[in-house]
Amino acid sequence: MDATVQTIEAMERPPVTMASRLEGELLEVSMGPQHPSTHGVFRMNVALEGEIVRKLKPVFGYLHRNHEQIGEHTSYLGSMPYTDRLDYFCSMSNNWAYALSVEKLAGIEVPERAEYLRVILAELTRLQNHASLLGFLLSDMGAWGTPLMYAFREREKILDLFESLAGSRMMCDYMRFGGCRLDASEEWLARAKQIVDRFPEFLDEFEELILGNEIVIGRTQNVGKLSAELAISAGITGPMLRASGVNYDVRKVDGYGFYPRFKFRIPLGNHGDTYDRLMMRALEMRESVGILKQAFAQIQPGPIVNPKVKVRAFRPPAGEAYGRIEAPKGELGFYLISDGGPNPYRYRVRPPSFINLTVLEDLCLGHTVADVMVILGSVDIVMGEVDR
Amino acid sequence: MPLRNLEGKAAGSLDFARDDGAWMMESLDQIKSRIEAAVPGAKIEIVANGSPSQQDSLLIDNEHAVATARFLRVDPALRLDFCSNVTGVDWLDRVVKKTIKVKTVVEGVEKEVDQTTEEEIPGYLEAVYHLYSMTHKHGPVIIRTRTADRAECARLSSLTPVWRSAEFQEREIYDLYGIHFDGHPDLRRILMWDEFEDHPMRKDYVQPDDFEWEPTPHDDVLARAKHHYPPRPQMDGAEGIVEPLKR
Repeated sequence: MDATVQTIEAMERPPVTMASRLEGELLEVSMGPQHPSTHGVFRMNVALEGEIVRKLKPVFGYLHRNHEQIGEHTSYLGSMPYTDRLDYFCSMSNNWAYALSVEKLAGIEVPERAEYLRVILAELTRLQNHASLLGFLLSDMGAWGTPLMYAFREREKILDLFESLAGSRMMCDYMRFGGCRLDASEEWLARAKQIVDRFPEFLDEFEELILGNEIVIGRTQNVGKLSAELAISAGITGPMLRASGVNYDVRKVDGYGFYPRFKFRIPLGNHGDTYDRLMMRALEMRESVGILKQAFAQIQPGPIVNPKVKVRAFRPPAGEAYGRIEAPKGELGFYLISDGGPNPYRYRVRPPSFINLTVLEDLCLGHTVADVMVILGSVDIVMGEVDR
Repeated sequence: MPLRNLEGKAAGSLDFARDDGAWMMESLDQIKSRIEAAVPGAKIEIVANGSPSQQDSLLIDNEHAVATARFLRVDPALRLDFCSNVTGVDWLDRVVKKTIKVKTVVEGVEKEVDQTTEEEIPGYLEAVYHLYSMTHKHGPVIIRTRTADRAECARLSSLTPVWRSAEFQEREIYDLYGIHFDGHPDLRRILMWDEFEDHPMRKDYVQPDDFEWEPTPHDDVLARAKHHYPPRPQMDGAEGIVEPLKR
């Protein structure tokens, strides 16, 4: 008799419970694009076995507007305000990455005060990005509203600073090739310094509130572990990479801007799980506060833009350049090819949050649906940048 | 697994990185000769870059692309384990004019005359990879591979088996440029929808005639709309009865 053919009666039947009823059957669920925790219009096709994720395929493109092609049809400077719309939380960092690439392409030097202003604004951007990310992550875990509003209260102070300097809270369009658009007054610097000096108070409070919280620990520790080998191979960058224990920060490695002039440490994680990714943000904010304090002490009056740079008829020599910075979400790069004309022949954005999603499936397999939301939240994505 | 105990301050479970400086990297010439020694038959060419960025790149032949990439990744001196940026570039057919000074004898007098030659370069598509090393903290080494043409032979070998970070980015190139990556585990469209037919980042891409965006379509827009839809045959009312039967 064929050994594989057995009657049901011959087998011991498992007890019927809710959990085992779907055993062996995969249920396909489309999460998103309108799910409240997908941080925008992001969709995942998930195959579930009971509550456990067995397969996960991200679906992109709901916010795709071919940013790169628009960039190729626009003048170099014309793309600057459009970079604000990539990662709309961090327009200052986006401006800097693009300005840095064009400065590499055309060989432009930046005056000292402009470099300090760039560092100050990029670190302020990092503070508000990380603070609001922690708030969103808690929202994803079910702490609706309150912690997010605590984070947004701090973010609002920084956005007020941006507004008084650049004229816009989020779409700053502040940097220019070879410098910055507007100078910061002494009052502005004093006000920014005051806000930064008081920021650790918020950090102490927020860390007290969330990081020792039993539910946060239970929901995040040992969830979504990412090994260092996979993180390197998959091109993961930013706090997510460093949570896996890889010491790689473009601010240290490339030493762009004036970062070599500042003393700061790079926090590293030991476990690579969601909790470490969350902690990474909290610790990086403290380091950013340190950088900002040094920058406020060192900044001197001076010109803010290189006068040799042409504003009209700006044509970099033919060639190509890749410039990158450590944006709050990871390595943000711009790859430009010039054919000597007024607009780039090729304009490419290396979006950190898009590439950080490469490992989303690996992180989520074997976890429950509820964990997927937490893991996705800890990756820190913004769809304006993912879909471009 | 037991959960970690959080003692007092948040910094308890994490530590800080040591500051270790970057390694000096070899020049592209050295890398080129070492690749040629390690990968037999590989044809490597250095593509010069005229810009002040001084980022020259290595052009790698498609047959040996994967072997070369593996070498770059595992070689102890290079260790280019981090493939940061992967992107496509479209180069149309172009004519390059070169001016050479030629000595000729004109009416018994020797003169230097500019002679212009025109070289026609057929179009191709290119995939560009920016490689860095997280181990040694150096880079970038830029490698590029080229397709034979822009039509049927727009195929390259995928480097996703070497660097996982190329997975989504090669899909994006396939989607927007139409380069087919052999050996890619999951080559599908990523940003455009699956039914989309063209490759919108190509330089000769023509936008579809979507006259519908106009809130109040008028003269030339309506003319284009007419052109958009082929004229329908005269209807006599019978198709309303036949159509449901066909289904």
